[in-house]
Amino acid sequence: MNKPIRVMAVFCLVLFAALLVNVNVVQFVQAEDLNAREGNRRVLDAEFSRHRGPILVDGEAIAESVESDGRFEYQRRYIDPELYAPLTGFFSYTYGRSGIERTENSILSGSDDSLFVDRLGDLLGNQQPQGGSVELTIDAAAQKAAAAGLADLGRGAKGAVVALDPSTGAVLAMASQPSYDPNLLASSDLASVQASMEELMADEDQPMLNRGTRQILPPGSTFKLVTAAAALEQLNLEPRSKVKAGRSLSFPGQTYELVNEGGSTCGGSTITLEKALNVSCNVSFGWLADKLGQDRLAEQAAKFGFGTELGDQVSAVQSRFTTEGTELEQSQLAQSGIGQFEVAATPLQMATVAAAIANDGEVMEPYVVKTRRAPNLSVLPGSPTEPESLGRAMSQGNAAKLRTMMESTVQEGTATSARISGATVGGKTGTAQSTKDRPPYAWFVSYATKGDRQVAVAVVVESSRTSRSEIAGGRLAGPIARSVMDAVIK
Amino acid sequence: MSVRDTARNQRDASWVPRKRRGAELVLTMMAVVIGVAAYAAVGLGTEGTIPADTFKLGGFLAVVAVATTLLVRRVAPYADPVLLPLVIALNGLGLAMIYRLDVGRQALDPDRAAFANGQLVWTTLGVVAFAVTLTLLRDHRRLQAFTYSFGLAAIVLLVLPLLPVVGREINGARIWINLGPFSFQPGEAAKVCLAIFFAGYLVVKRDALALAGRRFLGIDLPRGRDLGPILVAWLISIGVLVLQKDLGSSVLFFGLFVVMLYIATERPGWLVVGALLVTAGVTLGYWQFGHVRTRFDAWLDPFTGDAGYQVKTGLFGLAHGGILGTGWGQGSPQTTPYSFSDYIIASLGEELGLTGLMAILLIYGLIVERGLRIALTCRDGFGKLLAAGLAVSFALQVFVVVGGVTRLIPLTGLTTPFLAQGGSSIVLNWLIIALLLRISDQTRRPAPSPASLASSDTQVVRLP
Repeated sequence: MNKPIRVMAVFCLVLFAALLVNVNVVQFVQAEDLNAREGNRRVLDAEFSRHRGPILVDGEAIAESVESDGRFEYQRRYIDPELYAPLTGFFSYTYGRSGIERTENSILSGSDDSLFVDRLGDLLGNQQPQGGSVELTIDAAAQKAAAAGLADLGRGAKGAVVALDPSTGAVLAMASQPSYDPNLLASSDLASVQASMEELMADEDQPMLNRGTRQILPPGSTFKLVTAAAALEQLNLEPRSKVKAGRSLSFPGQTYELVNEGGSTCGGSTITLEKALNVSCNVSFGWLADKLGQDRLAEQAAKFGFGTELGDQVSAVQSRFTTEGTELEQSQLAQSGIGQFEVAATPLQMATVAAAIANDGEVMEPYVVKTRRAPNLSVLPGSPTEPESLGRAMSQGNAAKLRTMMESTVQEGTATSARISGATVGGKTGTAQSTKDRPPYAWFVSYATKGDRQVAVAVVVESSRTSRSEIAGGRLAGPIARSVMDAVIK
Repeated sequence: MSVRDTARNQRDASWVPRKRRGAELVLTMMAVVIGVAAYAAVGLGTEGTIPADTFKLGGFLAVVAVATTLLVRRVAPYADPVLLPLVIALNGLGLAMIYRLDVGRQALDPDRAAFANGQLVWTTLGVVAFAVTLTLLRDHRRLQAFTYSFGLAAIVLLVLPLLPVVGREINGARIWINLGPFSFQPGEAAKVCLAIFFAGYLVVKRDALALAGRRFLGIDLPRGRDLGPILVAWLISIGVLVLQKDLGSSVLFFGLFVVMLYIATERPGWLVVGALLVTAGVTLGYWQFGHVRTRFDAWLDPFTGDAGYQVKTGLFGLAHGGILGTGWGQGSPQTTPYSFSDYIIASLGEELGLTGLMAILLIYGLIVERGLRIALTCRDGFGKLLAAGLAVSFALQVFVVVGGVTRLIPLTGLTTPFLAQGGSSIVLNWLIIALLLRISDQTRRPAPSPASLASSDTQVVRLP
């Protein structure tokens, strides 16, 4: 009977080999996927009883873990919570993570592969593993200026500010109003967390929405920068080239006419391209859009980043020129050329347009994490973040021409509210209609250079108590852009 | 008989296997240290201090372990020296984990029952059962005389849970009986009784069953009339599945029978027939019983719906443990339902990691290996079959339960030997080890020397 017993021994060997291989698959190969799965309480439990690394701005913590006597060993604390909430996001036992707390979780929680050696050290020394720290590119002064500017509009006003360093793509400020207090969601009192969350979700003003990156709105006249760039690049126009102006632009077979704001003629039946930008002439840019055609205008928008998720670190939504596969009619194309119809962009996208123009036409990928450090403060590999180019949106020469046009707009055009003495400032206002019964959106897109300091900024104000006639971008959004730029280049 | 054969026989007869009882004692002390260190680590991991009663518990375990090895030294001096330390190590790890889960579960809800003390009592009872079996049963072949009694006992034990007053249904499976304050799973005892019955029955009938049959597709199939007993066993297993709704035990009983039939007859055809019947039974179970289907669906996709919750959280626990584990008391295995019984492997995998879990699986593998080695070297057919049956069924049980928890196969309710909380399981597994040690003692004990026969007063004389 020994032969079948030997066969059964081999059979048992196969069974145990299958078990051993399978536990390796579950605990090693699939472990990362399983840990990242939704509804995995264990990972959260462990993270809540561990020292989570801080999030830093200019060397100061804006989010940190402090020891607690509550249900968990540590409590996450946000310093200046409403100011930085659009960046930090929240860290909640019930609702998971958002913002930097989500995207940089592996570093903050200490589970990242690059922290393996530290974890091993903790294990051998019987220490609780600690998280690494994440330093942001944010300029605290600019961030405060952005939030203060939005707050000055009054409590009912909604809006966002995004400021970038044009040469690197580093995000210098990202403010959104209304904001919220992530401390309310990080509490270990789960009942109050749930109540706070429900209240935040019920709020019509969506305080948890990062309006800088997660909401697309018609960019209005600020999109004329893209149309102007296309005209310089594709039609080989110069700032002095004559373009059509006048009271209105009509289309064959249609009663609809494209008119200028306030019914003006923009100063004649033909004006220079520069003048058209200075006075934000709808007729001129509608006419240019028609000349360019849908394909060339869409291509220019794509070069600036429309249709892509700009920057993995900021989890932005895509901006769009048209919805996928739309064939625009002539009048629709003209409206698109002035940032209406289906054009919709995030403030991050419009700041990127201004930054690219200021950076001689090269588009830099926006990023918000400057340095990742291990608990012992050694800089982790892949850090500090290397700026990355997304390609060239326009030639260096054409970028310089567009800059002169934007600078004259600030000097003598619609964007005078952004003037900063001693600095070179270029800008463009925008006022976009959404629906007839809602106030329009006020936009302001600009850049400023002083010595070796440079900044590009986009401001959007969604609604405010200010009356409809006063909402023009220059008056509402311009001063906010100005104070943010001033904070950076000072 | 040639001169050379006689010489070899004399040399074989004079060869005495080393008893290795000293090695057993050293290994046993190491196993005790593993258990007590685990208990201390649980205290450090949960409360930050070593539990006050560590030395009391450690002393108790050491005394029990040493007493057990001394007993083996006395009543089964030639028994396998590795099995006992392996089992003590597993039992100690199981006790520490059950204690750790008591702490964790009562932190979630103070009203939950604690199992560690009960498990310690059951372990002690298991060791007592081990000692009594080894002391009273001096020759395993005496069990052969009670072949049919054990068969009858197995059937009674299987039927008991179905009876109205004593039977109880828990979690969709009717495999429990009530004994006053205790509930008892007779399935484990039935398994041992069945193994003894099959060994006794097959060792007698093996020649009849091994008669040549038809050859089909290169496989020797048994004759139709010889299929009788295997069909009866299959029907009993199906009966268990249908009436008790217990897929795991059903597969285990049938697997035990097929394997023992194959070993007795040396006819691989039985394995083919057995595999086909298992497939048929499982398919039938899938289409006929909601709970079997639920188990399958939870296996294929544990992440959607509530049915896969246990499988899912168990996998999360294993993944959370990763390669090195969270450490005793530092994970959250208590969040998985039945973390202390069916899912103790996931609990251990979470806190001891892949490394610890592989070590535990290797301990199981070694137990099976020692059991099969005993079967290979055993000199009598009954002992061979019994040892092989016990070892293979042990392997099947570990495969079914660990494979179920780690999502290799659908989850079925079988206990994890020596680790899981549960009195009947721990006592019966200690009994199985006693049987294996008894057979191995018989196997390795030197045969009585023929020389002594020659020199004694009684002479062998050739009659004219």
